[in-house]
Amino acid sequence: MMWAGVLVACASCYALKLAGLSLPASVLQDPRVQRTVPLVPVALLAALVVTQTFSTGHHLVLDVRAAALAVAIVAVLLRAPFLVVVASAAATAALLRLL
Amino acid sequence: MIRDALGIGIATGAYALSFGAISTAAGLSLLQTCALSVLMFTGASQFALVGVVGASGSVWAGAATAALLGSRNALYGVRLSSLLERGGWRRAAAAHFVIDETTAMAIARDSVAESRLAFWATGLAVFTLWNLGTLIGALATHALPDPKVLGFDAAPPAAFLALLAPRLRAREPMAIALGAGVVALVCLPFVPAGVPLLIVAVLVAIFGVLRSRG
Repeated sequence: MMWAGVLVACASCYALKLAGLSLPASVLQDPRVQRTVPLVPVALLAALVVTQTFSTGHHLVLDVRAAALAVAIVAVLLRAPFLVVVASAAATAALLRLL
Repeated sequence: MIRDALGIGIATGAYALSFGAISTAAGLSLLQTCALSVLMFTGASQFALVGVVGASGSVWAGAATAALLGSRNALYGVRLSSLLERGGWRRAAAAHFVIDETTAMAIARDSVAESRLAFWATGLAVFTLWNLGTLIGALATHALPDPKVLGFDAAPPAAFLALLAPRLRAREPMAIALGAGVVALVCLPFVPAGVPLLIVAVLVAIFGVLRSRG
């Protein structure tokens, strides 16, 4: 099941890349497409941030991950590199669990 | 230009380390993790798939989220279409390399030849180091006893935040991000894991279409 999902997702992502190079420009230059597509990652990434921070299964929870996110926000504001943002969040969660 | 391409490759390689680690901690096998980097080769989508799986969502919800995040690559393709080789296997190969980094490097060059060189140099450098970083991150995480003790469950939201931040430079995306976060949390208790993301995607698509009319 995992493999099927992984491979279908890979094929879909490749199809989207190829569609951009292959479809007539008029289809993808439609103002509705141009306006909407860039908003999708903003909404999805924001939804991923909050759901993966404030929930476990179907329950809303407030735990060390919230503190880790706060540290990540500070790291992003300080323009830290990607790996530093991720590592500082993980380290925060690990340290708080030790206490 | 080649040096720039290598620099971007090294930066994305470092970021692939965290992908390899997060994917492994989410429960994907070494082979599945590496397959994602070789075959999907678009960072945000890969992080989304393993993030949803790691949060006990179904792999299909993760796959749908990955595809939705991959939709922006289609728009990059439109911008690159006139710059890259036409037809045949080179176009099919070029499509695989249509991602944020190669697009940014290829557009705004003085000539088509320079654009092509920038595209292929960046694509090859990023592809090589992205896969190398993934493999190292995954192998290192396999060797660890319990990823949760190391705070690996707090890593995916930080990764998504780092991917989101550069897109928030205006008021509208900021408002959309806040709205999307609230909607996702409100529906989370009532629908299967991963589905709040799809609800958010549908709502933002409706918003975008309505806004582009007015």
